[in-house]
Order: sequence, then C-alpha cells, then structure tokens
Amino acid sequence: MEKVLLKKSAKKILLLGNEAIVRGALESGVKFVSTYPGTPASEIGNTFFKIQNSKSKIQDLHFEFSTNEKVALEAAAGASFSGLKSLVAMKHFGLNVASDFLIPLCYSGIKGGQVLVVADDPSCWSSAQSEQSTRAFAYLAHIPILEPSDPQECKEFTKLAFQLSEKFKIPIMLRETTRVALQTAPVKLGKIVRGKTKAKFVKDPHRFSTMPPRVLEMKRELLEKIEKIKRVSEKSPLNQIHRGRVSGKSKMGIITSGISYLYVIEALKELNLEIPVLKLGFFYPLPEKKIQQFIKSLKKVLVVEELEPFLEKEVERLAKDINPLVEIFGKNLLSEIGELKPEDVILALTRFSNKKPKFNFTNHLKKFQNLKLKKRFPQLCPGCPYWLIFQSVKRAAPKGTIFGGEIGCYMLAAYPPHYLQDYLFCMGSSAGIAHGIKKALRRGSDETEKQKVIAFVGDSSFFHAGIPALINTVYNKSNPLIIIMDNKTTAMTGQQPHPGAPAEDKGIEIEDIVRAVGVKNVKVIDPVNLRELEKTVKEFLNKKEVSVIIARRPCIQISK
Amino acid sequence: MNKKDFNIVIVGIGGQGLITITRILAEAALLEGLDTKTSELHGLSQRGGSVETSLRFGLKIYSSLVKEGGANLIISLELQEALKSCYYASREIGTLFLINEFSKPIPGEKIPKKTEILEELQGFSKKTIMVPATNLCEEKLGKAVLAGVFMISLASFKNLVPLSPKSILKAIKKQIPGKYLELNLKAFNLAKDYNFSI
Repeated sequence: MEKVLLKKSAKKILLLGNEAIVRGALESGVKFVSTYPGTPASEIGNTFFKIQNSKSKIQDLHFEFSTNEKVALEAAAGASFSGLKSLVAMKHFGLNVASDFLIPLCYSGIKGGQVLVVADDPSCWSSAQSEQSTRAFAYLAHIPILEPSDPQECKEFTKLAFQLSEKFKIPIMLRETTRVALQTAPVKLGKIVRGKTKAKFVKDPHRFSTMPPRVLEMKRELLEKIEKIKRVSEKSPLNQIHRGRVSGKSKMGIITSGISYLYVIEALKELNLEIPVLKLGFFYPLPEKKIQQFIKSLKKVLVVEELEPFLEKEVERLAKDINPLVEIFGKNLLSEIGELKPEDVILALTRFSNKKPKFNFTNHLKKFQNLKLKKRFPQLCPGCPYWLIFQSVKRAAPKGTIFGGEIGCYMLAAYPPHYLQDYLFCMGSSAGIAHGIKKALRRGSDETEKQKVIAFVGDSSFFHAGIPALINTVYNKSNPLIIIMDNKTTAMTGQQPHPGAPAEDKGIEIEDIVRAVGVKNVKVIDPVNLRELEKTVKEFLNKKEVSVIIARRPCIQISK
Repeated sequence: MNKKDFNIVIVGIGGQGLITITRILAEAALLEGLDTKTSELHGLSQRGGSVETSLRFGLKIYSSLVKEGGANLIISLELQEALKSCYYASREIGTLFLINEFSKPIPGEKIPKKTEILEELQGFSKKTIMVPATNLCEEKLGKAVLAGVFMISLASFKNLVPLSPKSILKAIKKQIPGKYLELNLKAFNLAKDYNFSI
C-alpha cells in the first residue's frame, strides 16, 4: 500500500494492475471510492481500505465496502452527482448485480468524473458461476469501455477515463481481465493530486429523473454523446498501429486489444514475423474509420481476442463497406472458452501466416498429457470453522437432503471430503432456489414432500443478496433450513469487513434481521458445539416454517 | 525471442508464499535495470490447492505468462507439483528444475516415490536439483514457510538464475515487511552457506 502512495513522480516501481488503477485514481484526484470485493478486482478495494486506515491517508478521500455492487455503484454515482470524482470496482458478475442501475445511469450521466472498473475472469480462476465478457454491456448500456493491457496502461487509462468522464459527463468503464489485474510490472509514477473536495448537489430533475417521456429523450442524448466520444476514439493514441505499416505482398494484419495484445507481440517475435498490429484501447465506441483504414488494403486479418468474438463481428461488419473480400480469422483459430495463452496465439498465427512454429507444441502437449497427474482440490484452511459445520450437517441431515451452495469459501462444500452441494449459482440464490424446490416438492410424491432442503449462505452474502430471498420464504411460506455461515468476514476475497462485521464497532446483528422479518425458528450456535448444532439441524428440518441457524465463529485467518 | 529473456515458473501449494518470492525476484530484476513482469492468481485458487506463478525478465517484456515448454527455470516448492509444471518445461529450451524435497499428500492418493518423479521429469528437463528446503528451514530456522526465500536465494548463489545475490538481498529487504525481515535474511544466509554439487 505504501508504494501506491509514493510521492516521487517519474520513478518506476513494481505494481499490480489493480494497484496501478488505484494510483491512477489518486493521480486524478478521486474523492469517493466504493466496491464489493470480488477476485480478480479485490486488490483495488483492499488498497483503498489500507490507505484509509493508514497514517499517511489521503485527505477527504471516502472509501467504503458497500453491501453489494449495485449499492456501490449507486453510492459512487450519488457522489458524482454532487460533483466529486468517484471510482467503483467489482468483478464481472458484480456488474450483473449493478446493471439495473448502470443502464439508466448512462442515460442521466454524472457531474464529477466516474470510473467503473470491472474485472473479467476468463478461465474462471476464481469465479464459480460463469465466464462472461463484460464487453456485452457496451451494447446494453452504451457505456464507453477502455481495455488496458498492462499495469502502466491500467494507470494511464484510469486517468484518461476520468478525463473523458468529466468532459462528456458519462461514467467510463475500465475493463480488465485476470491477467491484467494480477500482472505485476514496473510503472512510472505521476503526481498525486488533491482534486475537487467541495461537494454540492444542484437540483436538476430534468437530468436525474429518468421518467417517461423524458427517458427517451435521454436515450437520444446518450447516443449523441457516444457519437462524440467516437470522434475522440478515432483520434486517440490508445488505438494505434504497432510494428510497421501495411505493406509488402502478404497484406496481412492483426487487430487485438487488452491482454491479447501482449501475446500477439510475443508471438510475432517468436515467429520472426513483421505483421502490422492495430491495438485497440477503446472497445466502445470503436474507432470505426481507423479500423476500416487499417483493413482497407489487407487480404487477411486476424482478430485476437478472448471469450466471445465481439471485435471479430465488428470487423466483419466494417469490412462489408470497405473491403468485402478481406478474409477474417478469429474464433476459427482461437477458443471462445477460457483465457488465451501465449502458445494459443503463436499457434493461431502460424496457421494464419502459414509459418511453422519453432517448437512442436502438439508433441509436447501429448507428452505432458501422458503424465498421470493427480488433482489437488482447494481446501478449507486448517482450523476453519466451516469444517465443523459441514461435519455436523452431514451427520444430522437425512439421506436425500438437498444442499444449496453459494459464492464464498463454503462453496468448497462441493469438494471431497464434504460433498454437500447439489446446486450452486450466484450470491443470494441458495435460499431463493430452496424456497422454489420446497414448494415444488409438495406437488411431487409423498416421498418428495418429506425431502429436506438446506441452503448455505455466507454472512457477507446474506447482506449482499440473501435478505430478499429470506423474506420471500417467510412471505410466500416455505420451510427450507437456511444456515448462515457467519465467520465475521468476507473470507474468500481476503477478509474484508461487511455490515455484520465492520472494522471498528459491533455491526448489524444478523439474528436481529432474521427475527425482524418474521422467522420463528432462529438459533445462533458456535459450531464447536457439534452436538448442539447437530440436534438443532435435526429439529429445524422438521419445522413447518422456514428456520435459520446462524453458525457463528470467526474465520481462522482473522482470529489466529 | 530475445536471448536475454529469462522465464521462470514457480509452483507449489497455497500458503507456501509463492507470491512473495515471485515479487522478490521481480524486484531484483528491476534493481538490475531489467524489464520484468509477473503473473499470479488470488482468491479460490489460493485455498490450499495447486498454485502457480510466472515471472519473466529481460530487455523488454510483453507477456507476463511463460509459454508452453518455455521455462528456463522451474522452482517447485513441492514434489508432486513439479510434475504439473512440466507443461512449461522442455528439453529443447533446457529447463532446469529446482525442487523442494517436500511432499504434501493428496487425500486418497498414494505419494509417488521421488525416483518416479525424477524419471518423469527427465523427459522435460536438462537438469533437476533437489534440496530439502522445508526440512532445513524448519530445523534451522523453525519456520517451514521460509523454504521459498531459501530456494530463490540458493538459485542466485548457484547461478541458476541470472540475478546476483546482492540484488536478491536488496529485493528481500524491499519486499518483506519489518517484523519478518530478520528471519528471511536468515533464510538467505542459510542458502549462502548451503553446499551441493550440481
């Protein structure tokens, strides 16, 4: 953290992509930062949290872990409506949660610059529920998207995003992927600036109330804004041709962005190829003329991008007007699933350019696959209280019990030796689905009617999205057993505080909320009391109404 | 490829301090005036399962990931994990393995013999060096987690990595927070005095 606050500008220091974003925000005069933790975006919030709690803190900088991503975005927008510069960070499916607000927010726009950092996780290294490309939100929300490749660009693009946001009064998204967010490289520092500190909310319902028929006017204004930003994109050095110009007989070209750009340059070096590369820093709005200019005289173009072929489809569309005969390669040579690796790009490039690779990747891979490797599953930490909870639940639950999982350390319930997970989706969903299953099973047979459902919910997840699902079980009357795995922290992402476990005081008691919404069967149990926990699970599984066990014992990482 | 690019893959198990030693090496490369990049993973992948980081340095580095079969040096903090890292190793590039002679059993699987592992590695490496780093650090310094710092220091002293012990020492001082520094310096010195024949 100290290094992010270093005063010496022009010095080069090692920073993670995420730390470089923090630095970029500080060099832009950010005043309000909010987040909900999620790997691979967590270090952004963690770093601001440390800054806030350190002696060398930045004056007038507000940082908060919000209850969820939607609330984080709303809070930051409120600050931006009041004229302050704000930054919000989340992982890809955090944006799904925030999207309800994001779309109208782009209509109204903001006053103080606002940067929304979203980290995608191709290959799902630390993501259970889905692999997705946040680029899709460009089409849904019309939010401008910048895509950095390395930590230096993370910092510079953050600064540029603030500038664009202030100028065009629209939130700007910075989209990273795991290998950008968690890439360390030397970063040249700039100067930290104080920024505007005096906030003022000037009433302007014309701008901030998205009521019909005004809302359609707002949409028109948004599209006009995007046209203006497109002109910036056309001229921006972020969209640039690297490694020579289009010439020679081969007439080949490569279009790429983000992390893929780095692999393209390495692959060209490896294969001794001189092919021009158009690197795009803007994903939306795209510099359409620049792309057309680039492909105008090409015979073949290779689009190198991770996940869904958004860029490839755009290039196909743009080629129709300018060079309908150009051959476009992309997802026919590269997978749409999982992240790209340097060798994937080398292989794609050999097939694209008909050049032989120096190294026989195919043979090597075969040889590697012949090794009999044993899988090492992730494990709960030694001393983790969840071991005790899973053990008791396993003993108490009758055969056939259905177990609902969720996002957090307790999703390790799926792995050996626990095997306590029959479904897993997004945060807040375990209880929501449990209600539906319970209701449905009444319409099955006598046997299914007796079948039990246990939904696990983490403490941070409960605040994030579990409360509406719990209320639904009360309101619409079903009887799953909900076990709130209260370890007093947001453990999986690195022990961040949450409303039930703030850094300073006692926080909101989960049992107060559970009782307040009308749950009759509630018990708080320390899972070291295995017998009591087991007995209560058995007892609560036979209740006619929903029941809740709060299994409370702090995460071993914070209590040790 | 630029001849001066040097590619390292570090493998082990969550909790062995891979990220710290990766950063120390990167810091040392930066101190020697080189360009450098590392890649690491956080979150779920840190929970006691297999972990892997990569580190590259040279005149100008783009990708932070080492390509398949492209590692000059593989540092493995656990025996069986060394096998998994063979993806990055090849005889063509002459991969060197520095392996911690330490086994963490996989529940329900028998521990493969050291000789079996060495045999498998032969197809992927020029040379394999084993050191009982965990045992040594536990015995002499009372902390198994120092094995990583011991191993990167050893790699430098024995010229397995083109970064000088002086830079590694400086980098350790820069990267390790105050209260842990002394123990880590002891691990560095333990490596200095450790003898094995290559």
